[in-house]
Amino acid sequence: MNPERRHLLGLAAAAVLAPGLRLVELAQARSPEEAASALRRWGLLIDVEKCSDCDACVTACHEENGVTGHGRPATDAQWIRKASLRDRATGHVQTMPLMCQHCEHPPCVDVCPTGASFKRADGIVLVDKHTCIGCRYCVMACPFGARSFIHEPVTGQKPDVPRGKGTVESCTLCVHRVDRGQIPACAEACSQAMVFGDLNDSSSEIHRRLKSEPSTQLRADLALNTGVRYQHL
Amino acid sequence: MTRVAAGILIVLLAFPGQAEAPKFKIERGEACVAPVAEMRRDHMKMLFHQRDRTMREGIRATRFSLKGCVDCHASTKTGSVLGEEGFCSSCHAYASVKIDCFECHTPLRQAGVASRP
Repeated sequence: MNPERRHLLGLAAAAVLAPGLRLVELAQARSPEEAASALRRWGLLIDVEKCSDCDACVTACHEENGVTGHGRPATDAQWIRKASLRDRATGHVQTMPLMCQHCEHPPCVDVCPTGASFKRADGIVLVDKHTCIGCRYCVMACPFGARSFIHEPVTGQKPDVPRGKGTVESCTLCVHRVDRGQIPACAEACSQAMVFGDLNDSSSEIHRRLKSEPSTQLRADLALNTGVRYQHL
Repeated sequence: MTRVAAGILIVLLAFPGQAEAPKFKIERGEACVAPVAEMRRDHMKMLFHQRDRTMREGIRATRFSLKGCVDCHASTKTGSVLGEEGFCSSCHAYASVKIDCFECHTPLRQAGVASRP
């Protein structure tokens, strides 16, 4: 970091510290010219107990990202879905949202032959559709079934979310919103059960709760160190 | 035989060697992000470079963003850079260059920008 920039940052910090509380917000919204930093690790904490029988997160996600189907559930893209878990012994049913778990060691990145599937510095796992050849190795490798292949031409894309035939896609953790300092659409739609934040930031709610309350990672046996965590599962 | 030759001659006369230059109107903004000559020659390099920086590193500088191109250059009639008089498509058709940007990216100006002067 050059001295001028450091000085500027110092000034900014002083300006914000005075009224209080603003520091966290500012820390999240980086300037558009600044690259994503490895000091951050974005994640989600989902409290399954508070997840009710609705699909607000799914609707919000697909609305935000312009994910529309053709009425063919077997092949339509699915960035997030509601999964139901039923205890065989008691019949107790839980529902929870399931999407890309944004692993620290993502199998989809390991298998990608072109480097299109990649993990950004701040832990968000993405597909670079410019280099994706649609081989679908990643679809096979993902233990969570989080990726979809686009079989048909797409129209009506959102300006921030390009989507097209012949490529693979999945939850981007609403990377375009995160880069603007906003939270993902699903977390915004369901503030009761979903918390988004920086796992590395000790002042964030997600860090605090992961530190003080029990939580689980899906398929923890694979040691992928997922960015999405669940509670009361 | 003479009929065929006459036919060929008519075709040649009807379509002289030069194709018609592309037609488009730039309806917004006073100046582009770089001088016109540079833009004509190098716009693809700028977009290519910016694309990787945005996708891989999350740098969303607006100067060379495709969204920025579309916001200024989309036709006020159709709101698109594609179509017969579309800024991108008319020139690429003339130069016989097939681009696939808009297989994934929207060729339409964002709704919020349409009302901006």
